[in-house]
Amino acid sequence: MRTTETHEAGLIARVLAGEKELFHELIRPYERMVYLTLFSIVKNEAEAGDGAQQTVISAYRHLASFRGDAKFSTWLATIAINEGRKRLRKAKGAAEESLKEQAASHEGDFTPAPLTDWREIPLEALERKELREALRVAVAELPGIYRQVFALRDLEELSVEETAQALGINPGAVKVRLHRARIMLQKRLVPFLKTTAPARRGFFRRAP
Amino acid sequence: MKLNCKHVWEHISEYIDDTVDAKLREDIERHLEHCEICSAILDSTRNILVLTADDRTFELPVGYSERLHERLAKEMENSEKDSTKE
Ligand SMILES: [Zn+2]
Repeated sequence: MRTTETHEAGLIARVLAGEKELFHELIRPYERMVYLTLFSIVKNEAEAGDGAQQTVISAYRHLASFRGDAKFSTWLATIAINEGRKRLRKAKGAAEESLKEQAASHEGDFTPAPLTDWREIPLEALERKELREALRVAVAELPGIYRQVFALRDLEELSVEETAQALGINPGAVKVRLHRARIMLQKRLVPFLKTTAPARRGFFRRAP
Repeated sequence: MKLNCKHVWEHISEYIDDTVDAKLREDIERHLEHCEICSAILDSTRNILVLTADDRTFELPVGYSERLHERLAKEMENSEKDSTKE
């Protein structure tokens, strides 16, 4: 990853020196990350798209303030998160949302759901469109504090440290929230995964 | 130490991320060898993560990238016109 950072540092220096066109190249690898970060907060396609544009413009305007003590991707994620939160506040009213999320973080049973007659799901089952849809819905329904950590870690594949930095929380909190998010998703999706098992079983077992 | 299922569940996320220490990893693996329940939970959780990381699960809106770069190009143009503003 060292080379990515060196390459980026070079691009940043050149953009700041006047070759602004290169900023397009600089952000290209992070377009997906920026959008998904916004979407994990605002949960609306159009809002996330607008927010992503605003994030990129804001990063462009403030590029000179990027110090390189964080990775560029983390810096960009931080801007995206702030943009998302701003939009969320505008849409809902901050107090209501944060109260709801605090409440949500204290309730809930974070034990996974057992599966009976489980065997590893066949790969083709993972290819099913309904399963993807169910996962999207389940992620959207996670309480915000869990959804944001899950999005940064498991969807955008930031490290624990980068996720903590971007969200302004400590790494311990990232791990706890990630654990809970994963368990909640496992629980939600088990009925879905299960439906694939009997068919497979039927296939391998001869009728008595 | 002999782990029970609940212990395994508590560490399942860290186990997947490979951030448990060697001793705990060994204990968990020993448990998984004979516990189908925990093995199934681990497999299903892993599968969910594989699916999450698959680009086709969370797709970008059509034309997203084009609009983004268009907007950025406009911004660059504007900032060139009057670099004193903003
Ligand atoms: Zn067990």
